[in-house]
Amino acid sequence: MSAVFEPIAARPAPVKTEGFLPWVRRNLFGNWRSTLTTVALVALFVYWLPGLADWALFSAVFRTDADVCQAARGSGACWGVVAEKYRLIIFGRYPYEEQWRPEVATLVLVGLLVASCIRTFWKPWLAAVWVVVLAVFFWLMYGGLGLSVVQTDRWGGLPLTIMLATLSIVLAFPLSVLVALGRRSDMPAIRTFCVIYVELIRGVPLISVLFMASFMFPLFMPPGLTIDVLIRVLVGITLFAAAYMAEIVRGGLQAIPKGQVEAAQSLGLSYWQTQRKIVLPQALAMVVPGIMNNFISIFKDTSLVTIVSLYELTGALGLALNSDANWRPFKIEGYLFITAIYFVFCFAMSRYSLWIEKRLNVSKSR
Amino acid sequence: MSQAPPGRAPPKRREWSWRSQAFRSVVYQILAVAAIAAAIWFLAHNTMENMRVRGIQSGFDFLLSPAGFDIGEMLISYDALDPYWKAFLVGVVNTLRVAVIGVVLCTVLGTMLGIGRFSRNAIVRGLCYGYVELFRNIPVLLQLIMWYLLFTEALPSPSEPMSVLGLFFLSKGGFAFPVPVWGTGQLLALAGAALGVVVAAYYRRRAMRLFEATGRVPRLFWPTVATIVVFAFAGWLIGGAPTALNLPEQGEMSVTGGGTVTPEFMAVLLGLVFYTSAFVAEVVRAGIASVPHGQVEAASSIGLSRGQTMRMVVLPQALRVIIPPMTNQYLNLTKNSSLAVAIGYPDVVSIANTAINQTGRAVECIAIIMLVYLTTSLSTSAFMNWYNKRAAIKER
Repeated sequence: MSAVFEPIAARPAPVKTEGFLPWVRRNLFGNWRSTLTTVALVALFVYWLPGLADWALFSAVFRTDADVCQAARGSGACWGVVAEKYRLIIFGRYPYEEQWRPEVATLVLVGLLVASCIRTFWKPWLAAVWVVVLAVFFWLMYGGLGLSVVQTDRWGGLPLTIMLATLSIVLAFPLSVLVALGRRSDMPAIRTFCVIYVELIRGVPLISVLFMASFMFPLFMPPGLTIDVLIRVLVGITLFAAAYMAEIVRGGLQAIPKGQVEAAQSLGLSYWQTQRKIVLPQALAMVVPGIMNNFISIFKDTSLVTIVSLYELTGALGLALNSDANWRPFKIEGYLFITAIYFVFCFAMSRYSLWIEKRLNVSKSR
Repeated sequence: MSQAPPGRAPPKRREWSWRSQAFRSVVYQILAVAAIAAAIWFLAHNTMENMRVRGIQSGFDFLLSPAGFDIGEMLISYDALDPYWKAFLVGVVNTLRVAVIGVVLCTVLGTMLGIGRFSRNAIVRGLCYGYVELFRNIPVLLQLIMWYLLFTEALPSPSEPMSVLGLFFLSKGGFAFPVPVWGTGQLLALAGAALGVVVAAYYRRRAMRLFEATGRVPRLFWPTVATIVVFAFAGWLIGGAPTALNLPEQGEMSVTGGGTVTPEFMAVLLGLVFYTSAFVAEVVRAGIASVPHGQVEAASSIGLSRGQTMRMVVLPQALRVIIPPMTNQYLNLTKNSSLAVAIGYPDVVSIANTAINQTGRAVECIAIIMLVYLTTSLSTSAFMNWYNKRAAIKER
């Protein structure tokens, strides 16, 4: 008996699951409902996109000529308004020939902001650099020491937006740490004050705080003492931001295991030593993404100061277009321009926030 | 062997010593209270002094004097001769109107967008992602202004509005729609619906008790809806089945009649809803992502469809994670409705702004704004905390 060798038929090749086509099959045409959705959405795009592209690009007017824009009204966008007014939109009422100063000052400030986002630079001397850079910023903006003086009521546009957001966050940070510690304190009086402060501020809209800074603050000061509206608004935003940030920091403090504090106490560290050397370094590293998100929302919220007549980016656009009858009809294009500016800043910051969150979690996700 | 005598307590700490923590904390607190009291006294004293010097009158008595300005839109009757308190009331009602409708709409839209992030279809996923990133990275004030510009520039004039079926009209003058003429029939229908809710609640409780006793799964959703609809319909029939509608009509200059909402209201509402729903979508997405994947696998292993898995397994568990941040978003929407002042929607901030300019009583008017928002914020968070407790996991 000899068995005849009969090979088993070869198995079919496995269905390809990697690559472009299988991805398309799975993600766009997974079942009949998915297919239907894909077809409907693509049809919608094909229907809308040409019109949109025509309005934004092909029929759009890029020349700084209001008459041509007026002629193209309704069929094409008028980007000429941006080309004509961008200096006024970005720098507000700052004297035209001095506008290199806010430009340099803003670049320096943004540069430091970016550097502060890199972990290598999280060192004590960073605080000193901040002090120096802020001094330089104000020197460039205000003048003196060889530069002509520009009063704060002429400040405006993007430099003002960035300054308000940055400065209020930088000033709010130490305050928020103190308030967060106070809210977790054993002393009832201090805890009560911190709770009232945080809940009061978080319960009211920013606009009411700004109204307070603009209408009520002058009444609070001793007679004869007037404080610049910019500083009053800055104080308002700082107090507002600090309340929100205090809650973020408190979240970080709560995440520190009690054993850390007990271990520090058993070593004989005092309260402030414990907080400074043990608790805060861990807690603050944990809340960096939260603080970043807070920074984004404050950056967006600075647009509100236009309601109390400060000409930051949003206000500067109104300033640039409202007074000019030729260009007033093309506000939408102007708003789209500053929307793009806000979006670029906020989107970059939110990407950074996500990235740093991943970086900080590296030690935990072994 | 020398030993410490037993039972000797450690030396008593002197209570009035700087080395006693209790003593120090009392001193710190006294200092803090004194400092804050001094600061408050300083500010109050300055305010009094400034008011005296500038001749500003204070007090809330101005609330009783006639306001003297008109308000664009209101739900309660008001005219320029009415006192200030009534103007403020109109503002509060307008704020609440936009906030309540906004909260409902942004929950619906945000939940859909959040679930859409988990769609099988890549285009739907991409669109939801793009929406969230686009709308939450643009200041809400800009969004409000752009909606308002769009409504006031792009829409046709009130004399030649866009119309749908001759029932709905959209123009620069606002959006007009038919409303039923209010009468006993509608009232009875409402009463019927309320009765239906009670009956449906009773039915649900009984059905749940039956389910716990027998394990048979009762139908819950459709019977509830049917009960409410049938009762409302019965009430409407008893009331004589009124079908009279107040239809908007195109007049010579503008659309008249029917219910209308102004472009300001639409701009505020749309701006707030589109902005907040981006955040709500993120909250919902994070909530769903927090449900362990094993739950989904277990659900599909017992044969639930994708929709059923979402509805019966994932969402109820995600809800626990979702509710607290969702509360924050509702509060944000309510607080952001104060930006309506920028486009002239007469909310409470806008009324207060006018009142400040007319009477100069900044302190009182700002106090009213803060009081209104604090009350809404605290009551919203109280309600949501109560709801959160109901949804929270029941542990031993």
